[in-house]
Amino acid sequence: MSFVLGRLGQTVLVLLVAAFVSFSLFRYVGDPVNNMVGQSASLADREAMRAALGLDDAFILQFARFVGNALTGDFGMSYRFGQPVATLIAERFPATLELALISMLIATGLGVPLGVWTALNRDHWLSQVLLAASLIGVALPTFLIGIALILFFSVWLGWLPSFGRGEVVRIGGWTTGLLTVGGLRALVLPSITLGVFQLALILRLARAEMLEVMRADFIRFARARGLKPRAIQYRHALRNTLVPVVTMIGLQFGNVFAFSIIVETVFQWPGLGLLVIQAIQFADVPLLAAYLVLIALCFAVINLAVDLAYVAIDPRVRSGGGVRRTA
Amino acid sequence: MSALLSVQGLRVEIAQRHRVLTAVDDVSFDIAAGEILGVVGESGAGKSVTGTAVLGLLERPAYQAAGRILFDGRRIDTLDEDAMRALRGREIAAVFQDPLTSLDPLMTIGDQLVETMRTHLDLTQAEAVERAARLLAEVGIPAPRERLASYPHEMSGGMRQRVVLALAFCCEPRLIIADEPTTALDVSIQAQILDLLRAMCRERGTAVMLVTHDMGVIAEVTDHVAVMYAGRLVEVGPTRRLLAAAAHPYTRGLMASIPDMYRRDEELMQIPGSMPRLDAPVPGCAFHPRCPQALARCAGERPPSFTTGASQVACWLADPAGRSAA
Repeated sequence: MSFVLGRLGQTVLVLLVAAFVSFSLFRYVGDPVNNMVGQSASLADREAMRAALGLDDAFILQFARFVGNALTGDFGMSYRFGQPVATLIAERFPATLELALISMLIATGLGVPLGVWTALNRDHWLSQVLLAASLIGVALPTFLIGIALILFFSVWLGWLPSFGRGEVVRIGGWTTGLLTVGGLRALVLPSITLGVFQLALILRLARAEMLEVMRADFIRFARARGLKPRAIQYRHALRNTLVPVVTMIGLQFGNVFAFSIIVETVFQWPGLGLLVIQAIQFADVPLLAAYLVLIALCFAVINLAVDLAYVAIDPRVRSGGGVRRTA
Repeated sequence: MSALLSVQGLRVEIAQRHRVLTAVDDVSFDIAAGEILGVVGESGAGKSVTGTAVLGLLERPAYQAAGRILFDGRRIDTLDEDAMRALRGREIAAVFQDPLTSLDPLMTIGDQLVETMRTHLDLTQAEAVERAARLLAEVGIPAPRERLASYPHEMSGGMRQRVVLALAFCCEPRLIIADEPTTALDVSIQAQILDLLRAMCRERGTAVMLVTHDMGVIAEVTDHVAVMYAGRLVEVGPTRRLLAAAAHPYTRGLMASIPDMYRRDEELMQIPGSMPRLDAPVPGCAFHPRCPQALARCAGERPPSFTTGASQVACWLADPAGRSAA
């Protein structure tokens, strides 16, 4: 319990620092007033706008106000859209989260079993093929994969939509594309595009870890105990490869979520990435700051989940010894 | 008495890119039921490789190139993996050097015991748990029932090696391959573990192949000794006889290198030079470059194994023909 509380405290600290950095960085991105008022606005108009937005106040005061408001879910008004930032983000958030979730599900669901399989069947021709393919997966730029998939499955074969979320269902404040055929079809290409790199990465890590663990003394001793190969491979070896693999999946989930911008642009996916591109072009400070805080929150939540996963997997963490790798 | 384990002309090779190294060559020995055979030699002499070959656990690039291994009169080196696996842990168990890394860190010791027993024996979960607790008590672990739920990291090295012993004995095997079972432990713990191993074997009539480089361990625990040098057996015989009157110059050198607390002023004996490396084998008798009694023929002709009394000695000095000629 104290473990969880300690982690929660760290999480709050991380979030505060992230908020501070994002807020102060974007103070220097550009003058939003220039963008908001027209070319013909007078100096007096500009000053009035500045005062109305609180941009004249001391930096620290602005930051305190930012944090105070953020705690109540109020991130201010977007300069660009003239709507509350919280509303804008809440609208876009489900699209990005679903995309990230599905692509990580694909990457994990295929990456871990394939990595384990290639480690256990090193000499099989398919292992070599998968390894070569995973190298390509790591090396190919995401936008290229997306464009190639669109060309193949949307343009040539006409099987799947090339842009948008398809039909979505609204449940409370949440819009989901997971409940309609159209929504699911729309998810296929972007989630594969986003997941290919992760899949390759997870496959290679799972393979490397599995190979390492299979060389460990306790695996040799398990063989000397006459255990069945399946028991050795899955009950003993696989569990011992999980700690680093889970860490990697957690970190990559954060990355997928934060950097889905490219995929969202290629597929015109109405998620946060697309929103952020527009915000960056417009120096929309409140929106950008809120976005960064949200990303930091996501990473913090994921890290917390990863830490809890350690506790579930490794008894050495439970007793407070920390994760020590056995050679 | 026919042998429980009979290794005959064992040869283990290691395939490398451009050549084949010989790790073990022409090794033959028997272990009778209930007997403790010590296999002694320097690091790299092929002791562990021999033990691994008996367990059928040689891994690429090492492989058995020649010879036969018989267990209870049945040839086991040609068994397929499934048949060998059924034997391993059941009839032939193992204890490895490092108790800190021999156990799965993510599984309780109770689960590891139960898992091993239920793989080989027809036991219910409850029966296996019961038996696991009894075993832990027998290997001297206090509060055994509670300890079943412990993870390896919650125990000391000595305790973990006791658990490893419990794992080795849990299916009542007839032979245990113990590869340096005490080397990684504190000296004070070593004697306890050895005593335990010997007591459990004597009680059950379990035979042991005890691989070690420690002559003190040999003297204390074993019935017979096989001395290995550069992949070959140089002398095999009853422990008492070898300790009293070793025939091979290498064995005598090993004996002389045992520290003696009554001779503290004397410098510790050591055998000059070092064992030839696998990739640079020595022609003739592999020991002749270091041998204080080397004859001219030692450099050219490899000595066969001569029987002298109860021992076999691979040395020209033991050649009955040579002795009579001299």
